[in-house]
Order: sequence, then structure tokens, then C-alpha cells
Amino acid sequence: MEKSLNNRAWLMVMPVFVLVLFSALLPMMTVVNYSVQDSMGQNNFFWNGDAWFRDLLNPATEIGARFQNALFKNLSFSLVALLIEVPLGIAIALCLPRSGWAVGPLLVVIALPMLIPWNVVGTIWQIFSRADIGLFGAALTGLGIPYNATQGAVSAWCTIVVIDVWHWTPLVILLTYAGLRAIPDAFYQAARIDAASRWATFVNIELPKLQKVLVIVVLLRFMQTFMIYTEPFVVTGGGPGSATTFLSIDLVKIALGQVDLGSAAAMSLVYNLITLTLCWIFFTIMMQLDRRRYA
Amino acid sequence: MARITLEGIAHTYDVRSANAALKRLDHVWEQGRAYALLGPSGCGKTTLLNIISGLITPSEGRVLFDGKDVTQLPTEQRNIAQVFQFPVIYDTMSVGENLAFPLKNRGMDRRAIKSRVAEIADLLGLTKELSRRARGLTAEAKQKVSLGRGLVRADVAAILLDEPLTVIDPSLKWELRSKLKAVHRALNLLMIYVTHDQVEALTFADEVVVMKDGSVLQVATPARLFEQPEHTFVGYFIGSPGMNLVAADVEGHVAHVAGHAIELGAHYPKVPAGSAVLGFRPDYASVVPNGGVPVQIRRLEDLGRRRLARVALGPHEIFATVPHGVPIDGAEAGLTIRQDRLFVYVNDELVPGDRR
Repeated sequence: MEKSLNNRAWLMVMPVFVLVLFSALLPMMTVVNYSVQDSMGQNNFFWNGDAWFRDLLNPATEIGARFQNALFKNLSFSLVALLIEVPLGIAIALCLPRSGWAVGPLLVVIALPMLIPWNVVGTIWQIFSRADIGLFGAALTGLGIPYNATQGAVSAWCTIVVIDVWHWTPLVILLTYAGLRAIPDAFYQAARIDAASRWATFVNIELPKLQKVLVIVVLLRFMQTFMIYTEPFVVTGGGPGSATTFLSIDLVKIALGQVDLGSAAAMSLVYNLITLTLCWIFFTIMMQLDRRRYA
Repeated sequence: MARITLEGIAHTYDVRSANAALKRLDHVWEQGRAYALLGPSGCGKTTLLNIISGLITPSEGRVLFDGKDVTQLPTEQRNIAQVFQFPVIYDTMSVGENLAFPLKNRGMDRRAIKSRVAEIADLLGLTKELSRRARGLTAEAKQKVSLGRGLVRADVAAILLDEPLTVIDPSLKWELRSKLKAVHRALNLLMIYVTHDQVEALTFADEVVVMKDGSVLQVATPARLFEQPEHTFVGYFIGSPGMNLVAADVEGHVAHVAGHAIELGAHYPKVPAGSAVLGFRPDYASVVPNGGVPVQIRRLEDLGRRRLARVALGPHEIFATVPHGVPIDGAEAGLTIRQDRLFVYVNDELVPGDRR
């Protein structure tokens, strides 16, 4: 059947355009505006061209070095968090019972961390990780592991990773579990008849059937980890030194701490573009893989 | 290749409830024959199939393969192949890899796998598709692949098919069904085919097992199911339209239906009054202009090859055949029934008459 073209449909989408205009485009244009201007205060702005951007992308400058450092921290953090959360989430989802009375309570318990607001999570862990009164910190110290979330660079970075894993692995578990539940029993029965090992069943049945869910999971988790802010802000304050100064933390420092609006605007635009580009690349590759399979 | 014996098999899914999914059953499935398990949804036919394949362990009884007790053996050690309602294929593999998968898992030699896969692909007409991704195939080809995965194993004892034509395009059902028959003939395997479609069951099977509410009602050849149903449900379920079933008082060799006496072909000495049901196929009841039991014509249906009349006998509605060349007009006519095709049922079960 041919679909009829009717341009009046655009009218129907107008309200959304207006909303997006005010909620995203206009604020964004302010940022674009700042990124190409400099100010000496008193609300006097003058044209600065692409100087902020050139500084930002040049590691030889102070701001460029900071940016590069923070970007590297973000990427390594996202990578490590994903590498832990996705396999861990899948593994836990595979261990959950497919049915029975225990499913409901289990899922609720698993989902609990997700229901806690970010800054509360930060506060919980701030206390939890303390070596004197925090269970986690005291336990690690008791085991003889040198651990100090606020003074040790490695400890601090690892703590942020652990927090994120604790906070967001449930999302991976729930989505994966839903995906697993959608696989008909016949597939497992056929695998048994074909004498497939547990691993072969996972690789040949579960993983391919989970692919679509996992694309969403990885995309969501990548975006969220790449934008991480509250946890390091509350727990470590970006320190010690710049050990947990992620892009978002640095951005706030530059924009609100130093009131260096030009640099901050340029930085946030580049930050935004990186997120968009990475997501797009990732999504395209996944969809491409999918199409090749169908062929 | 095997003969499968079920000894006192029964199954209940929920041990606390009294509802048995499958009531006590003894049956021997002979090597090389094709059976159909026929019955409405929820009658326990899939449960029975899964007990044979080992996906379910029965609550009671034993399953024997060639006399060897396999009741506790897991599916993968039972040498059976099963085709499911929806095609089960391994998405990421090619057709060839799909067919090779069960052999690979059993540690077979690579060259032996290759030749066996080629052989089975040839039998199923999949040779040209071997290197294709299994995912892009049509439902019908996918179902062939899942059948093939069962057939590649040389030691396969039986092939169990659980409504395998459900998702197949109607025009291709016939083709896949004849492929199944060809496979059955070529490999001389025991095949058990679950379906709720009587046409599929009657055309596919050497013997049909009719089930309802967890019980087996009759095991017989398609012809016998039609000619002599041992249960009213069999009579009603098989045939289109099904058997006419009317309440009757049976005394000796006469049945009284709505005040009319119908001569029975046999003597029934001990049928309690008011408990009997008279059953006869529309094919063996004819509407005639004169004589017979007086009935009112409700409707005439011309089905091309034969004419069918819906008639009323007192409160009962009956389907009967209108013989060729017999003019029926007006509302009144007579009904004659072949006496040797007239059966008496009590509590839905056939009462053997004394045919002297």
C-alpha cells in the first residue's frame, strides 16, 4: 500500500519543535554564543573566534592538557565500567530463576540501588568507604589493603567504578533478564536435544537473542558513565589531585569555579559532540552487524 | 531405531492438585511406524511427547526404549529428535552449521559430519542453502532445518514432531507434509506427530492416538477411527461433520429416540434406561422420500460431491446424506441408517453389541 503524503502533518509536530526549541536548542545556542566570545566582566562580550576551541584541543596549553586528562579519565572509566557491568549483569541475569515465587522479591532487591538518587548514592558511599566508620573502607583496611577513597588516587578512582557498578549493574540485569525471558522454551529444549553444552547454548542461543537488548544496554550505560558527575562530586570532589576529575567535574570547575565561560562553553560543546559521535558510531556498527547477519 | 514402550505413564504438573495432565497410559510405539497424537489444545498430547523425549520426567510409570529403561535419562542421552511448533534454528549459524551442530556436540569426526550433513541436506532438499545464514530462511525451510538437525544423528531412535506445520503457509503445508512422509519412508524411523488437525493426522499417520483431557480414547488406523469410533468424542472430533449423537433408550435390539423406534443391528441386553447415546455417521444415514424414521428437513447443503441434509428428529438435530438422484422436497422425509454403522455408547464409551 502506498502511503499518502500530507504536509499538514508537520503542523501536528510543531508543539514538539517548540518544546525542543526552548528546552534544548535555545540554551545550547547560548553555549555556542559563549564559546566564540570572551568577556572582561560587566557583561561586556567581544568576538574571540575559534580561539577557545584551538586552546582546548591543543594539549600544550593548560586548558588543553586538563581537557585531555579528563577525557582520558572519562573514556577509561566508561570502558572499565562497561567491561565490568555488562558481563556481570548478564551473568547475574543468567543465574536468576526463570519462574517461581522468588522472582518478584529478587528483582525488587536487585532494582533497589537504581531507585536511589545520585547524590544520596554519593553520600551513602562517602560514609560507606570511610576507613574509620564505613563498612567497606574499614573492611578493606582490615584486610590489609591500603585504601583511602579521599587521599589515594587509585582508591578514589576504583571507588567511583565500584559505586557505578553497584548503582547501575541492576539496569543491565533487569534488561538482560527481560531479554532472556523472551526466549521461548523450545530453544532450550532443542539445545538439550542437540546435546549443546551450557556455554554453547549461551553463545548460540542466548547471546544472539539478547543482541538487541545489549545494544540498548551498552548505549545507555555508555552515555550515563560518560556523563558521570554526582558520584565523584560528592565522594571525592574530583580529587585527590585530578584523579577523579572527569570532564563534567572539570567543566563545572571551569564554568562556575573560575567563571571562565568561553573555555567552559567550548569544552561542553566538544564534550557533547564526543558523546554524540561515539554513540552514533557504536549504533551504526551494531546495526550494520545486524544487517549483515540477515543477508 | 527403536520401539518405545510406555508402562503406566501418568503425569501431574502440580503435585498438589488432583488434575492430571496425563492419565495412566500403557502403549507401545513400534519401530518404523508413523503415529499421530490427535486432540484439542490442552489434552496432554505435548506432555506425552515431552515425556517420550525426556523434557519431562513422568510422575508415574516407566519409559522403555527397546526394553531399556530410560525414564530417568536426560533428553540428550535418549537419541530422539524433536521438531517444535515454531522453528528452532541457531541464528548465528549457516544452514550447514546448524545441521552439523548436534554431531559436533557429540564429538564426531569432521569429515564424517560433512558427509552426513550433505546426505541429510540432499534428503530434505536443502543442499543449495547449506552455506546460507539460517536466519534469513522462510519458516518452512527453517522447519526443515530443525527436522534435519534431528535426522543427521544416525542413532536417532524416534522423531517427535510437535505441531510442526503451525507456522507454515497453508500452500506449503502439503509440501512439507509429503517431505515428512518421504523422510519417514526413506529412513524407516518411528515418528510421532502431534497435531490438533484431523486432516494432518489422518493423512500422515499409520495409526492415530486420539486424546482428550489427559486420556487416550482410542488408538487405531485412520479408517478404523472413522468406521468404528470407540468413544463419542472420537466420533464427533473425526469427520466433517462429526458423528450424530442422540440420546436414546436402548432395549434389546431397539433404540427409542424421541418416540420413534430404531432397529439396531445388534442385541444390547444390559443398557440402563436413559443412559445410552446412539451414534452414527452422516455418511451412513440417508434421507429418503418415503419410509424410515420420519424427520423434518431443516436445510439442504450441496457440497458438490455429496448433498447433506440437516434434519430434525424430535428435539435432535442430525446430519444425513441425501443420496444421488433422490428428490427431496417439502419439509417431511424419512431417515434410514445402516445398521452395522449404528453404535451405542454409555458414558461416552462404545458398548459392544451382540451381533447375532
